[in-house]
Formats: sequence, C-alpha cells, structure tokens
Amino acid sequence: MDELNNLMHGFSVAMTLPNLGFMVLGVTLGILIGVLPGLGGANGIAILLPLTFSMDQTSAIIMLSCIYWGALFGGAITSILFNIPGEPWSVATTFDGYPMAQQGRAGAALTAAFTSSFVGAFFAVLLITFLAPLVARFALKFGAAEMFAVQMLTFCSFVGMSKEPPAKTLAVMALGFALAAVGMDTVTGTLRMTYGVTELLKGFDFLIAVIGLFGIGEILLTMEEGLAFKGKSAKIQLDVVLKTWAELLRYWKTSIRSVLVGCWMGVTPGGATPASFMAYGLARRGAKDKDSFGKGNIEGVVAPETAAHAAGTSALLPMLTLGIPGSPTAAVLLGGLLIWGLQPGPLLFTEKPDFVWGLIASMYLGNIVGLIIVLTTVPWWAAILRIPFSVIGPIIIVICAIGAYTVHSSIFDVVMMLVFGVFGYLFKKLRYPLAPLVLALVLGDMAESSFRQSMLLSQGSLDIFWANPLVGGLMALSFVMLLWPIVPVLKHQLRRRT
Amino acid sequence: MERSEEAAEAGLSNRWPELLVALFLFVMGIIAVIDSIRVGIGWEEGEGPRAGYFPFYIGCILLASSGWILITALMKFKRAQPQFASWTELRSVMQMLVPLTIYVAAVVFLGIYVSSLVLIAFFMKVHGKFGWLATVITSIGVPLGAFLLFERWFLVPLPKGPIELMLGL
Repeated sequence: MDELNNLMHGFSVAMTLPNLGFMVLGVTLGILIGVLPGLGGANGIAILLPLTFSMDQTSAIIMLSCIYWGALFGGAITSILFNIPGEPWSVATTFDGYPMAQQGRAGAALTAAFTSSFVGAFFAVLLITFLAPLVARFALKFGAAEMFAVQMLTFCSFVGMSKEPPAKTLAVMALGFALAAVGMDTVTGTLRMTYGVTELLKGFDFLIAVIGLFGIGEILLTMEEGLAFKGKSAKIQLDVVLKTWAELLRYWKTSIRSVLVGCWMGVTPGGATPASFMAYGLARRGAKDKDSFGKGNIEGVVAPETAAHAAGTSALLPMLTLGIPGSPTAAVLLGGLLIWGLQPGPLLFTEKPDFVWGLIASMYLGNIVGLIIVLTTVPWWAAILRIPFSVIGPIIIVICAIGAYTVHSSIFDVVMMLVFGVFGYLFKKLRYPLAPLVLALVLGDMAESSFRQSMLLSQGSLDIFWANPLVGGLMALSFVMLLWPIVPVLKHQLRRRT
Repeated sequence: MERSEEAAEAGLSNRWPELLVALFLFVMGIIAVIDSIRVGIGWEEGEGPRAGYFPFYIGCILLASSGWILITALMKFKRAQPQFASWTELRSVMQMLVPLTIYVAAVVFLGIYVSSLVLIAFFMKVHGKFGWLATVITSIGVPLGAFLLFERWFLVPLPKGPIELMLGL
C-alpha cells in the first residue's frame, strides 16, 4: 500500500510541534470566522493569505486548511444557538438544530452537529487519501485538450446542478471569465480591456472579489435582516456528549447516505450548500416520522452537517489532483498554492510529495483537533455572538479593508472591494450564484491557456475536442450538463401535448 | 407568499434591480466584445489565436445570457413581482452602505488607521449607544492592534495618511 506509506510520511511532516500549533491556531481562527457574520471560510482565508507569505509552505497550507475546517465547524454553532446560519451550508442545520436548542437540547444538537461534521470530513479525507493519487496518476496523461475538457465539465456542471436560474449562472460565469481576462494577456503580452486605466493593468485579483462578494456583501445582507441576537446559552457536559454519541449510532444509514451525497457534490463542483439541503431532503424522505422534521429531530441535524463537511472536504480532491477547485474556499486555497509557486495538478504529487501528504495528514489531525476544540469551547463562541453587531460590524469591515489592501498593497483594491461588495449583495438578492463567478475568475487564465494550447496543437480545428474517447466523453458529458436545465421544460411540453 | 409580504410592508420590487443588473452585465459583454475585436479575434499565422480570441467568445456568452435575462425581465415587467426588500430593510442596508462608502473614500485620503477609528466610534456611538469609555477603548484598540500585528510583527505596511506622517510613524 503505497498510499499508507505516503500517509505515514505525511503524518511525520504534520506532527511537528510548530505545525500542531498552527493547526490549533487555524482551527480557532476558523471557528471565529465561521461564527462571525460577514467573515466566512473563503474570504477569511483570502484575508489571512498575505500573512502566510513569509511562512513555510507546508505550515502555511496546514494553517489555512485548518481555518477551513474551523469555519465548517463554526457555522453550526450559530445555526443551532441563534438560528442564524454563519455559513450558507449551515442553513439546513437551522431547521432542526434551533428547535432542539429551544427545547433545551442545545448540547445534544451541538454534539450531533460536530460529530456528524467530523464523520463527514473523515470519510471525505479517506476518499482523498486513496482516490487522489489514482486521479493524479490518471491525469498525468492529460494533454491541453483533456485539461480544457475537464474545466469545461466543471463549469457546465454549475449550470446543470445549480438551483439558481441557468441564464444567471451562465452570465456570472462569463463575467468572471471576462474579469479574469482584463490586464496583460499571458501569451502575447497584449493589454486587454484596460481602456487605458493603469490600475487595471494587473487585472482583477480574485481575492479582492472574494473579500468583497462574500465579506462586504454578507455584511449588507446581515444589516438588512436587522440582526438581533437572541440566543440560547449552551454548555456541553460529558454525559450529554456520550449519550448523544450512543444515539447517533442509530442513524448510521442517514450518515452513510449523507457522506455519499456530500462526496459526490464536493468532487463535482456542486458544493457544500446544495449537498446539505439534498442530504436533509433525503433524510426526511427516508424517515418514518416525517412530521417530526423541522421540530427538533436530531436526524435533521446529522444529515446536513455530515453532507456539508463531506462536500467541503472532498472539494479539495479535484483541487489537488487537477488544479480545479470544487468550492470558492478551495479556490482561495488554490490561489494560495499558485502564489507560493506551487502548480496544483497531477505533477504536485510526484514533485512535492512532502507538501501533498503533509496536507492530507493534516486533514485527519485538523479535524480531530477541531472536534475537541469545538466540543470544549462552545460557551465562549456563544458569548462572542452576544457582542452587538454595532461593534462587530465595523470591525469586520476594517478587517476586510486591511485584507483587501494587503493582497497587492493597493488602495485601488479597497475601492474594488466595495464595488464587489455591492454587487455581492445585489447578486445574492437576485439569485445570481456567486461560486461560479469566483471559480471563473480563478480558473480563467488556466482555462484560456489550455484552450489556446489545444487550438495550437490542432491548428485551429475544434476536432481536437473529439479526437479520443476520453476528451470526447468529457465534452459530451459537459454538454449534457449544460443542457440539463432544459429537460424539465421539454418534459412539461411533452406532457402537455399528450 | 409574495403578495402577503407586500401587504405586510411596502418595499422595492424586483422589477428595476433585476433589469439594471442584467443591463450592467450586458454592457460588460459589449465592453468585452469591443475590446476583443480591437486586439484581434482571429488567427495569427505562425502564432496561433490572437489575444482577443477567447474573451470574444466569453463576451458573446455574456451578451447572450444577460440578453436572455433582460428579455425575460422586460416580458414580465408589468406583472406582479416578488419583493426585492422592504423600505425598512433597505434603510438598514443604507445605514451600513453610506458610512462604508465614506470609509473607503477616507482610507484613500487619510489612510486606514484614522478612518477605522472613526468608523468604529461612529457605529458604537450612533447605532450601539455605547458609553464613551467603551467606544474610545474599542475604536483606538482595534487600529492599534492592527498596527502592531501588521507593521510590527508581520512587517506588512498598511496605508497611512497625513496624520500618521505628522506623528512620524
């Protein structure tokens, strides 16, 4: 078992004292980010990214990915205690988590949420450990055309699987690609779409977009909801934890189903949010007492949390092996790798095994560390939420502004952050999905260069995308995904005719 | 659902925001297409596709999809629309957006420290109704903490203005 040897080696990299310290720090920061409105996994990591430039690469990625785990855990705390989802993927957790807290079962709900998160993440990491090297080895054979086909599939699946209107998904995606093209063309050096503005020469950095869209946009949404925190206080006693764990064993079927949904949605870029809703829906459909859902059924906490974590974690699989992130947060991590000079993709596994396996080992450790930290420190996080928004709000804005500035030491970026923030708010309100925009912004240059390379190879003929079964299959699947939203319309038409 | 909300509280309907955002996307599409044509969308002999080749098609997709949204928005323009937000909600959003815009403008001219101090103090005093002591401690503490963390420990300079210059920082 090559993988096990590699993994053991990875543990020896991740288990050093400073790295364990970074893990604890990362998870703690992550929970804080997950708990506070307006700071989420994606933009929290984007803000902290510049601070890691001086750190050792492996330690930096360990800390950043632990922030991600922490944020995934943190989202559950606010949903259960305050009925306020700290993260979009914990919306489904509020359905049954908050009623449980109102009935005085907050401890049980939190234990169930954290444990399910852990289970979901754990299985997803197992999947990464054993599947990622295979995918990477397979992807080594990929040429430019295959790479483009995979990217095409990524973007088409957004259109096919997103809950938002397909035209809007397509529009924000194209906007992301267009913004990515602004500035100097990487192949010919021609200036594109700058219209003589010097600030645009370096193009739009997706980190600024993430901080604006997710940070400032979220703050504006929070203001609209007129936040008043009226939460339940919570302490988790050991006997509640043990009792809940015993109870959880009964829901193994729900857990397995949610893990499968989560891993599938994470690897294909469906993301954690749809995965959590889907798992909740499935659990409800499969349950004997459907009516108890929404009134404090513990199964309604288990299903979405397991799926969200499985999806959030397995989103790193395509990022590591193909260089294609499965979620906005994975996209930010990918951006970090690029800034450190690491090209994610199949070669990373052979060229930087220390880094890759250190990261994978840290996923196991980080989730264990995360579980222990959240179970022991819940009351403190709940206390932070009682600080009024009139203090937290402006402080988060200051943090976002500092984060936007430090990416390139550019004031123009702070202004752009505000612009992206306003659009983040408008897009959210009008049901434009944000994830495809961010992913297009990150992958724009990569997709363009693989497309142009394929065109060069084929001397401008599109036939190269049908040249062999692999690339042809990927392209065909992409078109199925792209046209998927039309299927219900056609069905409806057919039914009307008969 | 929609109607009951409207009955509950008056507000802005989706009509104009939907239309304006789609129009904005459409204009972005036009910008992308025009500039791609300028740098060349064709095939350069011996070099391959020109710089505008890829963005041109992206611009076309943007035009098509936003055009579609625009047309559907226009087609149901007269019909009843879901609410974008109630006026009270929009006022809360403005209570954040206006100071935020002033803050960003202030960062450009005064640097980040003084602007942040004023922003935090403003929110705590006006919206939070905090006492002077808490306000002063928080509004000075946060920029000071940022200064120590970024400039002293991580050696990342943040934007400074005339006031920091006077203090010799």
